[in-house]
Amino acid sequence: MKRLRCIVEKLTEGLLTVSGAITTIVILLIVVFLFREGAGLFKSPTVEKGYVLCVDAGNPVTHLGPKQIKEIFDYEIENWAEVGGKDQPIVVFRFEEIFSRYSDEEFGADYELLPEKLGEVIVSTPGIVAFLPEEYMPEGMPGVKVLRGDHISPADFFGGREWMPTATPAPQFGVLPLILGTLWVSFFAILIALPLGLGVAIYLSELASERMRKILKPTIELLAGIPSVVYGFFGLVVLVPLIQKVFHLPVGETALAGSVVLAIMALPTIITVAEDAMRNTPRAMREASLALGASQWQTIYKVIIPYAGSGISAAVVLGIGRAIGETMAVLMVTGNAAVMPRSLFEPVRTIPATIAAELGEAPAGGAHYEALFMLGCILFIITMIISVTAEAISKRQPNRGL
Amino acid sequence: MSKKSNQAIAFWTFRILGLIVVAILFWILGFIIWHGAGSINWEFLTSEPTDGMTGGGIFPAIVGTFCLIVGSMIVAFPLGVMSAIYTTEYAGNGKIVRFIRIMTNNLGSIPSIIFGLFGMALFVNSLGFGDSIIAGSFTLGLLVLPLVIRTTEEALKAVPDSYRTGSLALGATKLQTIWRVVLPTAFPNITTGLILSIGRVSGETAPILFTAAAYFLPKLPSSIYDQVMALPYHLYVIATSGTDLEATRPMAYGTALVLIFIVLVMNLSASALRRYIGKKTKTN
Repeated sequence: MKRLRCIVEKLTEGLLTVSGAITTIVILLIVVFLFREGAGLFKSPTVEKGYVLCVDAGNPVTHLGPKQIKEIFDYEIENWAEVGGKDQPIVVFRFEEIFSRYSDEEFGADYELLPEKLGEVIVSTPGIVAFLPEEYMPEGMPGVKVLRGDHISPADFFGGREWMPTATPAPQFGVLPLILGTLWVSFFAILIALPLGLGVAIYLSELASERMRKILKPTIELLAGIPSVVYGFFGLVVLVPLIQKVFHLPVGETALAGSVVLAIMALPTIITVAEDAMRNTPRAMREASLALGASQWQTIYKVIIPYAGSGISAAVVLGIGRAIGETMAVLMVTGNAAVMPRSLFEPVRTIPATIAAELGEAPAGGAHYEALFMLGCILFIITMIISVTAEAISKRQPNRGL
Repeated sequence: MSKKSNQAIAFWTFRILGLIVVAILFWILGFIIWHGAGSINWEFLTSEPTDGMTGGGIFPAIVGTFCLIVGSMIVAFPLGVMSAIYTTEYAGNGKIVRFIRIMTNNLGSIPSIIFGLFGMALFVNSLGFGDSIIAGSFTLGLLVLPLVIRTTEEALKAVPDSYRTGSLALGATKLQTIWRVVLPTAFPNITTGLILSIGRVSGETAPILFTAAAYFLPKLPSSIYDQVMALPYHLYVIATSGTDLEATRPMAYGTALVLIFIVLVMNLSASALRRYIGKKTKTN
């Protein structure tokens, strides 16, 4: 009996130990799965899945990046010399065009002669670049070169300035506009929330009567509890039309709307953390300052704020973290145009909003799906950096100058 | 300008800032209650959406959210409580506990959309649950885990050490002490954490976008492998994508009101419970 109890005791202890590690395990799993799903991106071909690009064999070009392909097919690059080839005009050829050059009978009953005809066109047109389905590819024909083996490179991904995941012939996965959009919206959100939040924190910790505190603290907790989709809805039906009217804009869904909503959402974090830091100022320091003849306000900004400095910085960092990761509210009010942010009065798109808006339509395992997981990795790394920074900052706190 | 008037200006600024924050909350709440109250009636709460989301009610979404709440609590509550018992009762105060605490904080700071991605990769695709209540429950459960752990830890720490030493001195084993003395004492406070977690889970949208939520389902779920409608997702859908946004607005206000109502009731009852416990322990 006693032995049994001993065993049960040991077993439970083991079980508890394992569950103690649960958060660590979950974080590891998140890392593994995000990177596993996302890593395939840099192995996917630059051209849309199921298609290839062919050129004539005399063409020295062997490599085209996604941006170059897009510009060629948009007729923005018109000479092979611009992409490292000979000085020769580029002839763009799309698969459908083959049907205007030959009659249906010439392809054979089952289109079995189609690759051959495509080959003929390629061989007879110097400077051609043909965008063809893989199944009709005239591979192995003399005079035809298939551009293959090009993958989306990290440089295309991290340095690309265009996000057009469904463009043909080459989808554009440039994350710069999304990263900058995220930082842009979050930066202005903090710019709005910081003075407001800090002011309220000072009020709460130094000035408010016990009765006011009892009203304000739960209010702030309630603000933190409102679901983000409700903030988004509120922003959509109140702030967006308001911004449109006040600034005479064509659309109200702008970076500004996102920043204001995010500022409201970051307020509780900033207020709570900053207030805690200020309340932790030792009584002796306050009283010393007051005894030296400083007014209460002078004590606040010369003694308490500097003392609580690292706590306040931690509040700012955590507020930024909250803003950067926020999804639904931003998705609903920022207009979601994947362009480089230039002003507060234009639509922008953030990383979380992009994931939320596009993952449902991206087929699992495709380049688009993988690119969205890569975005998740970026977001994950950013938030980890932020939370470690906040941790490090708030650890610097105790007893500085005492 | 004198010291005094500087101070007066500064203090009045802070008072006004404090008022602004209260005003923002009442603006949001007031706005939604004002516009949503008219949509709330028995039919709205008990029937399904009709006429392209412009009529009917939100019953399937309420049921769906309820399923997700129950499911995610089944996942998060035992795990979270056990984890908290380990860190407070077993692990002492060394490096391991500090590491676990940092990890719990980190998990808590991961954006909810990342949980959505993760849940889709692990539960929906790898484990093959598909878009379902179970996949959504696991995803939401992991999301609130840090909250459950943190509140339970606080509850356990609030149990006086004399209770533990007393029990041990009477010859009880450590496990018996935890099971018979520490947990019952901490139970009301742990419940507070549970209620807060429910409030959090019921409002989350991003994690269930790709793991559980359906745009429109006329029938109620019959197993844990079914997709469900959920209140926050429903609000998102009818607020942003509809053929006739003006006609769906009343539905959206009503949904927002129900959602806020659930979340607020949870938060308020948690703090009421906390206050009640505080009073009770004082009188003891």
